[in-house]
Amino acid sequence: MIPLIFNGSAAGIQLACTLLVMRMQPNSEFAGEPMAAGSAPTAIELSEASVTFGRGARAVPALSKTTLRIADGEFVALVGPSGCGKSTILRLVSGLARPTTGVVIVGGREVAARAMRVGMAFQNPTMLPWMTIEKNIMLPLKIVEPFRSQFRRLRKTEFRDKANALLEQVGLKGFGGRYPWQLSGGMLQRANLCRALIHEPRMLLLDEPFGALDQFTREELWGILQQLWMTHKPTVLLVTHDLREAGFLASRICVMSARPGRILDDSRVDFARPRTVAMTFEPDFVALNQKLRAFIVDARTAAREGA
Amino acid sequence: MSVSDVRQKAWSAALIVLFFVAWELFCLMTGMSDLVLPRPSQIFVTLFEKFPILWPHIVQTLVTTMIGFVLGVALGVALGAVIGVSRTAYDTCYPLLVGFSSIPKVAVVPIFVLWFGSGTVPAVLTSLSICFFPIVVNIATGLATTEPELEDVLKALGASKLDILWNVGLPRTMPFFFASLKVAISYAFVGAVLSETVASNRGIGNVMMTASSNFNVPLVFAGLFVLAGLGVALYVLFSLIEGQVTGWATRKDNVIAT
Repeated sequence: MIPLIFNGSAAGIQLACTLLVMRMQPNSEFAGEPMAAGSAPTAIELSEASVTFGRGARAVPALSKTTLRIADGEFVALVGPSGCGKSTILRLVSGLARPTTGVVIVGGREVAARAMRVGMAFQNPTMLPWMTIEKNIMLPLKIVEPFRSQFRRLRKTEFRDKANALLEQVGLKGFGGRYPWQLSGGMLQRANLCRALIHEPRMLLLDEPFGALDQFTREELWGILQQLWMTHKPTVLLVTHDLREAGFLASRICVMSARPGRILDDSRVDFARPRTVAMTFEPDFVALNQKLRAFIVDARTAAREGA
Repeated sequence: MSVSDVRQKAWSAALIVLFFVAWELFCLMTGMSDLVLPRPSQIFVTLFEKFPILWPHIVQTLVTTMIGFVLGVALGVALGAVIGVSRTAYDTCYPLLVGFSSIPKVAVVPIFVLWFGSGTVPAVLTSLSICFFPIVVNIATGLATTEPELEDVLKALGASKLDILWNVGLPRTMPFFFASLKVAISYAFVGAVLSETVASNRGIGNVMMTASSNFNVPLVFAGLFVLAGLGVALYVLFSLIEGQVTGWATRKDNVIAT
């Protein structure tokens, strides 16, 4: 493992930042422009979307006018101080919430509090305790068309194979017949990822999926999620508090300000894939972390002074 | 079943036997008149001898209880589902429900008799009105405690309220539901007997009233034994069903660690 020679050294950080600038594109190029990631079609587009909870004097602005464009197949991480509206963006994209102003377009259609059939996973794995893991994972197939109408006919064969193939990919081969209470937190979270992917969604929305896990399990699951993303290539929107997690997984990181949230910085992360945990200790990576950290610390300070 | 379970059951059985032996001895030693407190042996003999006469009344009480129970469950599930799904309905209906459930049901029997005459109908209605409340509360609680994250996951997939209710809400409510069934069946039984005692010419409750006015005290106690036996039998039946259907809610052993 490479020692953290730059850590604590101002000159070192500066050098590393300079190196990084070459990898990352500056903020301005992103606003309203198609992603440089290429000609890939736009998967998610928020234009001037804002969300306010409540009305009148008790109105709480959760998200101020946010413009964000995400290309098909991108892996975007949203980081920022607590309560900054990261989860609100996920709710907008999934169709669980409606923007107060502005427009949210997903897959070329405007989202109007209408379900987008996206795969979602939260910190709490919420496996149903009366079903085996395999059946839990197959739950979305009971709901989403065209699987829904085939469910009775296919659940014993193709759907089960599909579930088991996913379980194998996350290292849970042979656990399909177990009940959730027989599995550890890390295993449940893997199953949670499988449930989010079983209906082959074009989009995967993850709200701090690994927040409740210990460091080593978390790092292991980064690898698994990266592998899943590289195989299935969905567009991923990941909300996280963990900057290392964001750097490890994402191809692009958006930093948000304190409530009401807006996007402060939008950087590409071009480290080669598959990334390894060892890479998160390399100078480039550490410098990226430091940079993101500085944004969030500033945002927190600004919020405290503003309050 | 483990050794300690067997031992526990043996102790329970021993306590029951001991209770009857002590009762028998107490009556014999104090020379208690059987007009006040008959001996258990007398009661069992009476029960055995009068069984052919008691049988139709047992059937009557059981049928009344079951009809009241089934109707109460149907009403309770429907009402509980409505209240549990909507927070507004929950808040709106709750005070009325609490008010209704706090009325002592013995006070309602005369009203039912006034409306429907004496007999089976008021007994069914009493047992219904006494047993539906625990079911409403438990169904509503079970539905209201569905994890919001899971609801979000399913809604994001395009699940309707009915999909969520069917796949998540109702199965999740089953442990609450079966726990409430055990309580409700006992309540329904109490309601039926209560109404029979006040206003009916059939059923165990009526047999006991008649017997007591004839000073046939052993028969009164025989009726009491029948009631206890039926009550326990119904409770056990629903406990067994509960264990079969909602075993997942109580099983917590055999956890795998990684």
